[in-house]
Amino acid sequence: MIWRIAFKSAWHRRVGLLLTIFSISVSMFLLLGVDKVRKEAHNSFVNTISQTDLIVGARSGSINLLLYSVFRIGNATNNVSWESFQDIAALDEVAWTVPISLGDSHRGFRVMGTNEDYFQHYRYGQDEALAFQEGVPFSDLYDTVLGAEVADSLGYVLGDEIIISHGAIATEFAAHDDKPFHVVGILERTGTPVDRTVHISLEGIEAIHIDWNAGVRMPLEISAEQARKFDLEPQTITAFMLGLENRIQTFQVQRAINEYREEPLQAIVPGVTLAELWRSIGVFEQVLAVLAALVLFSALIGMLTSVLSTLNERRREMAVLRAVGAHPYHILLLFMLETLMIVVAGCLFGLLLLYVGLAMARPLLAELYGISIALTPPDGGQWMMIGVAILLALIISLIPGIVAYRRSVEDGLSIRI
Amino acid sequence: MTYAMSDAVVTLSDLRFAWNKHEDDLLYIPYLSVERGEHLLLRGASGSGKTTLLNLLTGIHQPTSGSVTIIGTRLDEFNQRARDQFRADHLGVIFQQFNLLPYLSIAENVVLPCWFSHRRREKAGNPREQAKQLLEALNVPSALLTKQAGKLSVGQQQRVAVARALIGGPEIVIADEPTSALDADNRSRFLELLFREADQQGCTLIFVSHDAHLADQFSRVVEMDVINEAARAAVSRQELAKT
Repeated sequence: MIWRIAFKSAWHRRVGLLLTIFSISVSMFLLLGVDKVRKEAHNSFVNTISQTDLIVGARSGSINLLLYSVFRIGNATNNVSWESFQDIAALDEVAWTVPISLGDSHRGFRVMGTNEDYFQHYRYGQDEALAFQEGVPFSDLYDTVLGAEVADSLGYVLGDEIIISHGAIATEFAAHDDKPFHVVGILERTGTPVDRTVHISLEGIEAIHIDWNAGVRMPLEISAEQARKFDLEPQTITAFMLGLENRIQTFQVQRAINEYREEPLQAIVPGVTLAELWRSIGVFEQVLAVLAALVLFSALIGMLTSVLSTLNERRREMAVLRAVGAHPYHILLLFMLETLMIVVAGCLFGLLLLYVGLAMARPLLAELYGISIALTPPDGGQWMMIGVAILLALIISLIPGIVAYRRSVEDGLSIRI
Repeated sequence: MTYAMSDAVVTLSDLRFAWNKHEDDLLYIPYLSVERGEHLLLRGASGSGKTTLLNLLTGIHQPTSGSVTIIGTRLDEFNQRARDQFRADHLGVIFQQFNLLPYLSIAENVVLPCWFSHRRREKAGNPREQAKQLLEALNVPSALLTKQAGKLSVGQQQRVAVARALIGGPEIVIADEPTSALDADNRSRFLELLFREADQQGCTLIFVSHDAHLADQFSRVVEMDVINEAARAAVSRQELAKT
């Protein structure tokens, strides 16, 4: 019954309350949105690579090695010699290896040289293997396999020819235009940097650089067909991933690699370095979360002031209710219920905003940042945020509620306007 | 009914009220009794203690000392909650103006006391139906039932307030200057209807006004100045100060 009065009273003043509801919606949208994107980003971040026990590269920073080998961000300071790679691959403890050779690009997408082991051993997400949308792994020297995004955004289909540029930035001058590659496979979307990678064989990398020296094309040109006759075994690679026979040996092998005498190498455990990297990004994400919480708080204060400002004009209403038998605690309840309705409506509308917003931002986030966002219902933590917001609002509503309570005790049935 | 026709519905005895014990009494009524079925006019200028008396009769305020007995119940012995519930169950209140909640329909406004009182809901039988009958008897067109209160004229609003005060048959209706916002014509028609319906429901009517012209329509008139000795004392103190 008091519910009905509270609802009708609020509905009567809906125009004023709508603004309050809207400001709460926006702050809930921010709070939940930041949390959602943060979790999804973290998810897609840690899911970038799995099952790989160690990543090995030239000695530099561990985060740098992770960034260029897994995220294709930045460049290696130095290479790993082919001999060292073979030495380590031959260790008893090592089950498999995937060599990586980076440095070239195709229209803004990184080109990665590797071998067939990549398609077999590379895992992302929850132990998921790479799968082909269409086609097969490369087998010929001039074959290429495209990540889903490369194919999508550039509109490539099987059989197309692509030209690879020297270096990370596409220029007319540094194009390996004499040795075009054929698209033989397109991978399924993974939500990882693999989607944005052009894969060719290590030998392909060698072949396109055969008539290049120190980043400049040599006057002597070697055609694509002539190149096939050369020994295309690489001299160096950028890094390699490896899996162990037994995971318990991870740190042992890591140490062995770090102490490798022939060459200064570094091995990192992807999970550990991912966590380290996330922690350094995490500060920013915490700042965002704090800001969103502050926005919610200010929206609640805004609600408090708007409810307080109606107190005077509602004195008459309180006196009438008292006359028909309402207890002062009914008056208190009336204010709490009104607040509850405002906040619940605000939360519901905020959730609506969030999911509409996410549905619209999804393709953009996937394209620009490779973050794939699932439209899942709010998780426990998010329900808790909603609960805390409602609880906070109810506590805040005690202020106008108690003021109204005391006034209605004092005023009684006399209507003062 | 558990009390006889001649029984007093309201008995005030040695009733005192002050905001706190260091202040002079606002109200001191040695004795007042109201018979069942009476139409009592409590007449007094502003400041004569009318509002204070109303707040004591309706159980909003607790007397400093003395007793308020309504239909055999010592209201002054109740706590706040019990007094509120008693008001909901046994009293109808009509204000000077702004009686209605603007966000409820006319019908809902009339039924309102039944939401707070189980007893009055029971007595009304079907509250909606009784509301309709009361409004009809009070000349409120039934087309207005679903309208919001703001759409009505002041005269109509006051009559809706009468219907609300009477629904569920409370023993006493207390009206605080309900006619002051009405013109002379409307005023006498309003009183006529109020008396008729109060009699119909067997209600005792306590009517508070400063307007002496109304006196001849009531069965009994009590001057606040006469019964409230606190006000008299204040007046004589003032007169003493002048001389």
